[in-house]
Amino acid sequence: MGYIKINQENVTKAIADKLIQICPFNAFEYENTNLSINAACKVCKICIKNGPLGVCEFIDEPTQKIDKSLYKGITVYIQQRLNKAHPVSWELIGKAKELAKKTNEPVYAIVIGNKIEEIAKEALAFGVDKVFAYQDDVFKDFNVEIYTNVVETFYKQHKVNIILFGGTTEGRSFAPRVAARLKTGLTADCTMLDIKPDGDLLQIRPAFGGNIMAKIHTPNHRPQLATIRYKMFNAPKKIKATGRIMFEGIKNIRKQTSIKLLKTDDLPKHTDISDAEIIVAVGRAFKKQKDLNLIKPLVDMLGAEVACTRPLIENGWFNPRKQIGLSGRTVKPKLIINLGISGAIQYIEGMKESDLIISVNNDLDNKLFQISHYAIHGDIYDVIPELNQLLSELL
Amino acid sequence: MRIVTCIKQVPASSKVDVDPITGVLIRDGFNVKMNPYDLYALEASFSIKNKTNNCTIQAITMGPISAKEVLEEALYMGSDEATLVSDRRFAGADVLATSYTLSQLIRHIKEYDIVICGKQTTDGDTAQVGPEIAEFLNIPHVPYVVEVLEVTDNSIIVRSSFDEHDEVTEVLYPCLLTIEKGIQVPRLPSYNRKTQMKDYDIKTITLAQLPDKNPDHYGLNGSPTRVEEIFPPNKRTDSILVEGTRTELAETLFKILKDNKYV
Repeated sequence: MGYIKINQENVTKAIADKLIQICPFNAFEYENTNLSINAACKVCKICIKNGPLGVCEFIDEPTQKIDKSLYKGITVYIQQRLNKAHPVSWELIGKAKELAKKTNEPVYAIVIGNKIEEIAKEALAFGVDKVFAYQDDVFKDFNVEIYTNVVETFYKQHKVNIILFGGTTEGRSFAPRVAARLKTGLTADCTMLDIKPDGDLLQIRPAFGGNIMAKIHTPNHRPQLATIRYKMFNAPKKIKATGRIMFEGIKNIRKQTSIKLLKTDDLPKHTDISDAEIIVAVGRAFKKQKDLNLIKPLVDMLGAEVACTRPLIENGWFNPRKQIGLSGRTVKPKLIINLGISGAIQYIEGMKESDLIISVNNDLDNKLFQISHYAIHGDIYDVIPELNQLLSELL
Repeated sequence: MRIVTCIKQVPASSKVDVDPITGVLIRDGFNVKMNPYDLYALEASFSIKNKTNNCTIQAITMGPISAKEVLEEALYMGSDEATLVSDRRFAGADVLATSYTLSQLIRHIKEYDIVICGKQTTDGDTAQVGPEIAEFLNIPHVPYVVEVLEVTDNSIIVRSSFDEHDEVTEVLYPCLLTIEKGIQVPRLPSYNRKTQMKDYDIKTITLAQLPDKNPDHYGLNGSPTRVEEIFPPNKRTDSILVEGTRTELAETLFKILKDNKYV
């Protein structure tokens, strides 16, 4: 049982005020000389670390500990559609191999579909030890109910330590379903991963809705699940395959579903900013939608894709597919020019891997400057017209 | 038709920092608002209500007593009922424990055809709570709904937006939908509704009223994940700050692009 205990006998009005002041979640309530913690508490333990001594205490009574040595194998879920694997799957295999070296575990892949032998072979070429393949006509299209049954069957049979999912739209809908089925933890959109000698996965991501990173682990549950956005890691080089493909039994997997896919409409490819090599990104400093015309000469000259921050999606200026950030798309272009973007951590984590980052902003304290190669301190309404003038001289 | 719509109160600004020296969270005030994605979830609920007869919408949230504010907002926008689930034993809940708590509240409510959630929240940004609630309720879910196409007696047909394609899906009741932004422009709370609902008493449910009363399944106890450490994000050490007049700035930017052979 884990909770924060308040030793009431040590509480004075002054102490209560101090705690109310330091709690970042407004979780303390002081009434009739009684200090209590409400449901807003996130157990961040700042009241213990920085509060008056002897008032707050973290009680974590031991529960039954699992035997971590029984769970081996870092598994990558290979996302496929129309028998083509999503490249995030290969990036995850690269990371899985790095982690597995530290704990001396095998690397596995799991692939579900109707014609998946080629995908399974490709996974072997990226260096996995075993591919577990679940092949049947019923598995042709992704179905979250049936696919969850498959992963449940896989886990119950193979007791793996970790399963990694691509943080794609599909993965972000599928992984939580698996987590709830297996009653285990899941960390969304990790931007870094590491592993402890006992096999605990360290999952790093922005947290608490602010400019903060958190290191999260799953100390007493298996499997450990995480989703990772496309373009966070690099795919490994292909090698001569030494692993094996295991076609798994599917007879006992439940195949009923209440979800019927009636139609799919593929979108034109060029709409995806994730694959763009050059991006011009715009933010809240643009006051009116028509001011976006300012960037046209630059965009045309660079052959860039235009992307934006969340507030501009909220304004309805762009399709949500154009949004950079952990709540939009992760991008890793060769060049990104950020115009009038203050850089919420969700945005920064979605583009910080870009090769060359240039940012223009009139606010010197904006967070994006701290990760930019070039931080250009000026107003977009001043700099862009001047730049357009220089660009026009090239034509 | 009975709809349960899950909403959440989130910080109004993302100005939370961690002090690099003391490691302490610094939050810029306690202004809160309804999670913006939930406005679309509510709007989707209203649009389903408009397509059916005899439909009621119940807004629910989990949080401290002060989270009743977002339920009031939902009532003034057009929800028929509102329930808060609150208990200090829910403190420190991660995604699994949060989803489980909300699923228990929905089981307590008992009768529902559709559960509706926003795609994600702006504080957690995980997009996981909706699918996990569906799994705990053992019902199907359809994510990223951008359009409600048809509401029938036993199913709903929706369009969803995925990375590279759209899907049109029919799903049987009971089911859960997560709503993508932009489904329709959310309405504002109305003064008339506020007057109509002024005597409405928002229900508060505690652990003792949920079907599963075992405290080990809630809050930090029911959470498999732990935050081991928080730290400020990395800074670049080789960042170059460019200052000057507007012409100098533009010239420097132009030169960078030229030196890197982009123009």
